[in-house]
Amino acid sequence: MKNIKTHWAASMPASQLSKNEVTALSALHAGERGVVAELLGGRGVLGRMAALGFTPGAEVKMMQNFGHGPLIVFLRDTRVALGRGEASKVRVRRA
Amino acid sequence: MTSEDTLTIALAGQPNVGKSTLFNLLTGLNQHVGNWPGKTVERKEGTFTYNGHTYQLVDLPGTYSLTANSAEEVIARDFIIKERPDVVVVVVDAAILERSLYLVAELLPLPAPVIVALNMMDVAQQEGFRIEPEVLEAALGVQVVPMVAARNVGVHELVEAVDTMARDGYDYAPKRPEIRADHRDVLAQIEALIEGCVPEPYPQDWVALKLLEGDREITRMMQECLPEEQWQQVYGILRQHDDALMAVASGRYEWIGRMIRAAVTRPQVGQIGLTERLDHWATHPFWGLVILAGILGLIFWLTYAIGAPLQELLDVYVVGGLAELARAGLAGAPAHLSDLIVAGVIGGVGAVLTFLPILLIFFAVMGTLEDVGYMARAAYVMDGFMHLMGLHGKSFLPLFLGFGCNVPAVLGTRVIESPKARLLTIMLAPLIPCTACMAVVAFLAPAFFGSAATLVSWGMILVALVVLALSGILINKIAFQGQRAAFIMELPLYHLPNGRTIGLLVWQRCLAFVKKAGTLILVVSVVVWILSALPDGEIETSYLAQIGHALEPLGRLMGFDWRLMVALLTSFVAKENSIATLGVLFSAGEETGLAATLAATFSPATALAFLVVQVLFIPCVATVAVVRQETNSWKWTLFNVGFLLLVSWTVGVGVYWLARLVGL
Repeated sequence: MKNIKTHWAASMPASQLSKNEVTALSALHAGERGVVAELLGGRGVLGRMAALGFTPGAEVKMMQNFGHGPLIVFLRDTRVALGRGEASKVRVRRA
Repeated sequence: MTSEDTLTIALAGQPNVGKSTLFNLLTGLNQHVGNWPGKTVERKEGTFTYNGHTYQLVDLPGTYSLTANSAEEVIARDFIIKERPDVVVVVVDAAILERSLYLVAELLPLPAPVIVALNMMDVAQQEGFRIEPEVLEAALGVQVVPMVAARNVGVHELVEAVDTMARDGYDYAPKRPEIRADHRDVLAQIEALIEGCVPEPYPQDWVALKLLEGDREITRMMQECLPEEQWQQVYGILRQHDDALMAVASGRYEWIGRMIRAAVTRPQVGQIGLTERLDHWATHPFWGLVILAGILGLIFWLTYAIGAPLQELLDVYVVGGLAELARAGLAGAPAHLSDLIVAGVIGGVGAVLTFLPILLIFFAVMGTLEDVGYMARAAYVMDGFMHLMGLHGKSFLPLFLGFGCNVPAVLGTRVIESPKARLLTIMLAPLIPCTACMAVVAFLAPAFFGSAATLVSWGMILVALVVLALSGILINKIAFQGQRAAFIMELPLYHLPNGRTIGLLVWQRCLAFVKKAGTLILVVSVVVWILSALPDGEIETSYLAQIGHALEPLGRLMGFDWRLMVALLTSFVAKENSIATLGVLFSAGEETGLAATLAATFSPATALAFLVVQVLFIPCVATVAVVRQETNSWKWTLFNVGFLLLVSWTVGVGVYWLARLVGL
């Protein structure tokens, strides 16, 4: 019974805690969905990411995210693997 | 440009949409593979005839967009703008329609008529999409031909559409995408500023759009073409709107959204496909590595089980047979000439031929893994590790297979898209100790180190890998300023491999090796043989020995004498030559045996240094030849050779003195 407070916080689904909150794509857990709000970073990377479908309004679903290393998202009917650094530059609104 | 009766068709498409399958289906063996002028990007073109007309089909590099992110995009769009193909066929993946229409959105503003080949209709159906090609056609305003290239469905209809469009003229009125509404005024401003200053044959509105997108090439071009004052105005606007790139890209995706809304019914969300189930394992941080290790094991097993016996057969029957024939035919000729032909030329041809079985297996496996879609997964699980060396995840497989042979390792770097990562991988590949190299180590180590031989052999591999990692970091820092291409990569859907695509790939790669690298290997083999035989037929007094004597001072620092230097020089033809050369130079083999003679002549410290140098030394000529072939640059090839010479000598001297210090 001692850790009841933390236990309650942890059991609450993250998506409800933070509905509509804008966060880094890399912060989404596997299975969570979001909508791209904006992209940060230099033009070279942005150009490549935009071509692959990362533009404002695009729906993304996190497929794999172990909290470290690269991750996999699903967007515009494709699986895209990207580095954690690249994923942190994509700002998404949790859906 | 084209002659009157041959029309040019450009084949465009994003990666993994089945473009090569279609290309191979149309051209078969009537294709030629080369490089785009001045680039290391592969250029494939071929011909086919239809209805009595001859068509030249040019395969443009697979790109996601046409903005100058890499050489591929520039090649693709420059071909369309400057060479004006009669028709551009753009292949799109029906199962990834939204994303693959992005390239169509980029192609429509260019001055060449487009036909859309809607490929992989079967996959789209399996994934639950319902697509109506006629509706899409009406929306786009360009012809859309549904097809399944892998099963030759719809290809005839595509060719017919191309033929009709190219021959009979057409009514071409595509509905082009527009920039997002909030940036329309800016685009108009830029267009007004550059009016009349855009060099032929670039379309003015397209240039304005590319400026807004921040395209490097076009920005540079317009900076040169515009008067200074006007350029400053343009530059001012561009700086104010440095977010315009997203507006342009969003505009294209909004346009795509409108195109497909009517034509496509999407599947119910939540169904789990084959790809997702397989990826659960293949991209897992632990199981992914286990699967990768299993596949690597399988490749090595295949190489030894099939490749080695085939090599043996080629060596004994083809090369041996040729040598015997030549010897018999040259019975009356001077001994010098007969030796040159038999040992020099046929030996060199043999060196080229015996690579083929290994290359065949290697390309077949690499081609299959790529075609199935696994290559991207292997890159994904290895990416973190390879980053430490400034490399890309895709560098792992070629490098690892270098343990078998460095030649396919260098050729295998073609799977790496980023040119810098690819070049760096090529530079590092020769540092991987190949089987031939380890055979030399395995022969010499027991002679000097007895029971510690295994430890020494593993030590050599470790030294090579440490040197590789450090070189990677160093070259990346100095030559590429530590830049690393962003890691963002599509994981394509898994699908069954296409035998025709893989077969043609194996055929072309092997052919290119024999034609390009083969010549150089042959020439060097003959030259080294002549140097070792002239002036009087004895290697001890040959020109090669004289070179060995001249280089001896460099070797002295490691306790080498001229004979070890000559052995290293001959290992340039093939690594295992070291042993044969040492055998001749120490005229051993009769009583004591080479191993014992060497052990009696040199200290363990020298032996250790020799092994290190042997492992890190310039690779065999075949590897150098493919480095030249793949970098398409003598500068980088010579840099590579010089770098390896320097590294092997430095580490060799270091190891020698370290060994002396600990009393070896």
